[in-house]
Amino acid sequence: MASAPSTDWPGRYYHIDQVLEKPGPRTDPAFLAGDGVKDFLRNQAKILVIGAGGLGCEILANLALTGFKDIHVIDMDTIDISNLNRQFLFRPKDVGRPKATVAAEFIMKRVPGVTVTPYFGKIQDKDEDYYLQFNLVICGLDSIEARRWMNATLVNMVDPENPESLKPMIDGGTEGFKGQARVILPTFTSCYECSLDMLNKPTAFPICTIANTPRLPEHCIEWASVLEWPRVHGDKKMDTDDPEHISWLYKVASARAREFNIEGVTWSLTQGVVKNIIPAIASTNAIIAAACCNEAFKIATSSAAFLNNYFMLIGTEGVYSYTFEHEKRHDCPVCGGEALDLTVSPDSTVENLIDILIERQDIQIKKPSLSTPTKQLYFQAPPQLEEATRPNLEKKLSEFVPANGEITVTSTSLPFSLSLRILYS
Amino acid sequence: MIKIWSMKKNEDAAAKKKPKTSAAQIRVQKDLTELDLPSTMKTNFPDPADLLNFTLTITPDEGMYKGGAFNFSFSINTNYPHDPPKVKCTQTIYHPNVDLEGNVCLNILREDWKPVLNLNSVMVGLQYLFLEPNPDDPLNKDAALEMTRSRDQFLNNVRATMRGGYFKSVQYDNVLAR
Repeated sequence: MASAPSTDWPGRYYHIDQVLEKPGPRTDPAFLAGDGVKDFLRNQAKILVIGAGGLGCEILANLALTGFKDIHVIDMDTIDISNLNRQFLFRPKDVGRPKATVAAEFIMKRVPGVTVTPYFGKIQDKDEDYYLQFNLVICGLDSIEARRWMNATLVNMVDPENPESLKPMIDGGTEGFKGQARVILPTFTSCYECSLDMLNKPTAFPICTIANTPRLPEHCIEWASVLEWPRVHGDKKMDTDDPEHISWLYKVASARAREFNIEGVTWSLTQGVVKNIIPAIASTNAIIAAACCNEAFKIATSSAAFLNNYFMLIGTEGVYSYTFEHEKRHDCPVCGGEALDLTVSPDSTVENLIDILIERQDIQIKKPSLSTPTKQLYFQAPPQLEEATRPNLEKKLSEFVPANGEITVTSTSLPFSLSLRILYS
Repeated sequence: MIKIWSMKKNEDAAAKKKPKTSAAQIRVQKDLTELDLPSTMKTNFPDPADLLNFTLTITPDEGMYKGGAFNFSFSINTNYPHDPPKVKCTQTIYHPNVDLEGNVCLNILREDWKPVLNLNSVMVGLQYLFLEPNPDDPLNKDAALEMTRSRDQFLNNVRATMRGGYFKSVQYDNVLAR
């Protein structure tokens, strides 16, 4: 790090320092009040923010003002004019530029001494070595898929022999007036995947209603996008970011609406329905981002007990919030299940391994199916896949799995799956 | 300084990169290897290495569609089981709940999908459509109307269209089981 001139004017952190200079009645005994913790927060802590949108802008501003000085941010999107009402780090001149880059520039200009390193791209572009460099990860995402990926990556990174490999993940999310903030300590607390079945599913209408008895403008729009688009355009994929595609859907949906005397199909409703847009509320984002950053500060400094582990906000009728401990699922495909190191002879075949799994007292799995991250080793069913993978049985395991390689085992006798790490004797 | 850092990072990445099995992948493996299908249903994988795209053939052994072999394509995305599998009938058939483009009206494929459901539930649901076609939730309105009006005439139409060829100016596929 190049040593930047000190930008810490007297009194800059007066309020924050109230919390860091002396322990409170409920502070963790490990908390070392004073210069050490200030130095960690301001000169050592490295934090990653995922998403520079509605939540991300708030999170970046909060972190910078709290005193985090080494912040990284990832976002794959560019700025759209409709973002400007709430994503306050962006101005009309920035439309079309990468969110991560513009947000980083803005924060650095506005808050002296803070370095924000942007990455304009996907979280999937980065590997474990990249994520290992951070102390903490905060997610302000709008996609379930991205959250699942990030969560699984951080859970898989945990190496019991290396405490540094455990990266707390703070996940914020908002939907209209509702929101949630949670703290995930990978492998210790419930993870994002554990709570997947709690999610509201996006509104979907029965396809027969869409086809025959439309009553709402949404039915007409779904008719255009689900039934008419593939019928007219065949395999050509619909791009919900392409205004021409939206216009086509709007035209088709409007005609359908006229036929059934339905009012209310507009261009923006069409876009909203096909992109499944839920109006974003700036104040909800502000509350959730504040909750997330508060947790980041507490975890980074140990100055107070952090959230255990799920905070939800319901602002639809009044302001209601509820905090509870979401429990880890033992059959969670990401953080649940067993992980086992198994040492086998380098000459072992796939069949030998299966015999070990069946016979060993501490494992005892009935009819295991095995795969590596890239290949199926042996599947018990369906018949065609059993046949296709059967020749692998007599092949050497080392042909498919390197030392320390991973094998996923599923079986009806397992709650979900077993992850094996193969070592060769 | 940045250069050194990124070079080091690339070296590490090359040495240690090991792909991880995604939750969706494990879940599909579990669903497929634990399928419990009756003899009337069979899966087929055009590429056995690709677990996310396959077909299902249903050959009902009772009901009005007995004697036919009906093919459905399954396409699973990486957000499974949050997202349901995409299922389409690959033949043009005469059925109140399947339209001529192959769209299927089955609640658990859309509005009632939940991550606790699995591929087995979807397949059993599809087979049920052939045992008990439901004219109250039609996708093919003509077929549904006919079924409500005259079951005998509907059955005749089913029989006729299963042999393939034109019926009321629609070209149907021959779906008779061979």
